[in-house]
Amino acid sequence: MINDKDSQKIVDYIQNFSRKHSLFVMAYGTGCGAIEIPATMTSRYDAERFGIRGAATPRQADVLLITGYLATKTLKRVIRVYEQMQEPKYVIGFGSCTINGGMYYDSYNTINALEQYIPVDVYINGCMPRPESVISGFIKLQELIQQGKADNGKRYRENLEWYRTNQKKIIKNWKMPDYNW
Amino acid sequence: MEDLGLKIFGAILTTIMAFAVGMTYGGIVRKLTARVQNRFGPPFYQNFLDLVKLQSKKTNIAHGFMGHTAPVWIIIASITVLMFIPILNGNLWFPNLNFHGDLIFILYMMVFGSLGMALGAGQTGNPNSAIGVTRGLSMMVGYEIPFVLALVALMVQYHTTSIQDLMQIQHESGTWLIFSNPFAFLAALFASLGMFRYSPFDIVGAPAELASGPMSEFGGKYLGTMMTGGSIFSFIKLTLYVDLFLGGAGNPDHIGIWATLAGIGVLLIKTFTLYMVPVFYGWVSPRYRTEQAIRYFWGWPTALGIIGLIWAVY
Repeated sequence: MINDKDSQKIVDYIQNFSRKHSLFVMAYGTGCGAIEIPATMTSRYDAERFGIRGAATPRQADVLLITGYLATKTLKRVIRVYEQMQEPKYVIGFGSCTINGGMYYDSYNTINALEQYIPVDVYINGCMPRPESVISGFIKLQELIQQGKADNGKRYRENLEWYRTNQKKIIKNWKMPDYNW
Repeated sequence: MEDLGLKIFGAILTTIMAFAVGMTYGGIVRKLTARVQNRFGPPFYQNFLDLVKLQSKKTNIAHGFMGHTAPVWIIIASITVLMFIPILNGNLWFPNLNFHGDLIFILYMMVFGSLGMALGAGQTGNPNSAIGVTRGLSMMVGYEIPFVLALVALMVQYHTTSIQDLMQIQHESGTWLIFSNPFAFLAALFASLGMFRYSPFDIVGAPAELASGPMSEFGGKYLGTMMTGGSIFSFIKLTLYVDLFLGGAGNPDHIGIWATLAGIGVLLIKTFTLYMVPVFYGWVSPRYRTEQAIRYFWGWPTALGIIGLIWAVY
């Protein structure tokens, strides 16, 4: 009964339903995109009606929201934050800078593509994306979760070596343990 | 044996009810807060969704034995105290382990969960947790004084330390203790502002400042268990206040099923009204600093408690 395939489906459905309606967001306000987060959360656009609320620490968070460009110095902190999060976890790349570097594409101290360093579930493009597009990105993530396709942590674990190689190319003084979650 | 079975069934029923009511109240408060801030807000069952999500997290990290068991201490303390609180007046469906002196026992036991939490948070090694724990314990020193003064006033006034007896006195005389000793009620009400940790006394959690304080290293199932314990605990505090000051709910002379349901209805109305006091106060207040909070509790609330004690003696 418990190992029955159909009953597992029901459990999965309930778990995914609650996961998608309760997203604790760790908003990593790196770039200029951080200014859009208060607008998304407060009374005009009110992201809490979808169950999206801010989390105070990475341990409690489900979604890592990278808002904007990542300097090579902050990449290290982002990796630490990402690895401290508990599975299942999701990453949203926010703004053009996380997709291809955006207006900083030829800068000497920013990274260009976020998915070289940590896996990304949903990208929201725009410079800056307005709160409507942020919410639509979250809705897209909710669809992925309901279908069971958001397997960010699993992808990271399976391709850890590739991600580590890329990360160590950027971070010269790597003083973190290789496995810290 | 049948009696024992009924008691165990009643204990499980009490726990489930406390959990469901506490969680739903939390959800309703989130919804109301959103409406006050001109938002649409999450549905009232949002807390249940959060709990299912937290319990279905796949990985959980622990930082040693106390960190691993801290949420369990909170649950243990909550359920233990719940077993000593009469939910309905003299009802067989919700039995309790009432004895002469349980009011004093509860005073001690209510701190137990927080102490377990403090030890667990200390072991995680997060500096935010340590600051949160010191703030929490300092604030407890603040609000425990008016709270204890209020309870001592009741004990002195009626020469009893049993919650059941105090409820019986209210039932027989027909006067609620809020009218017999209004100053004690006011002192206890001010203390409840600190107990519920809404603004301006949310200095322990302090989301923007301390990163949720003692909870900062607890995620997933640990956080979910803490949420459960906290919900049960908020129901306990509300029911204790209703039992002591607002005449309790239910009638010991009628213990049929309809009388029980009516009693639960009355209990829900009274507890929800009482719960709105710290919530309303929180909506219009910013956060205090720790020393301001302690000064607040040692000011008028303590004075009211002392007046209540004098009122009780004379």
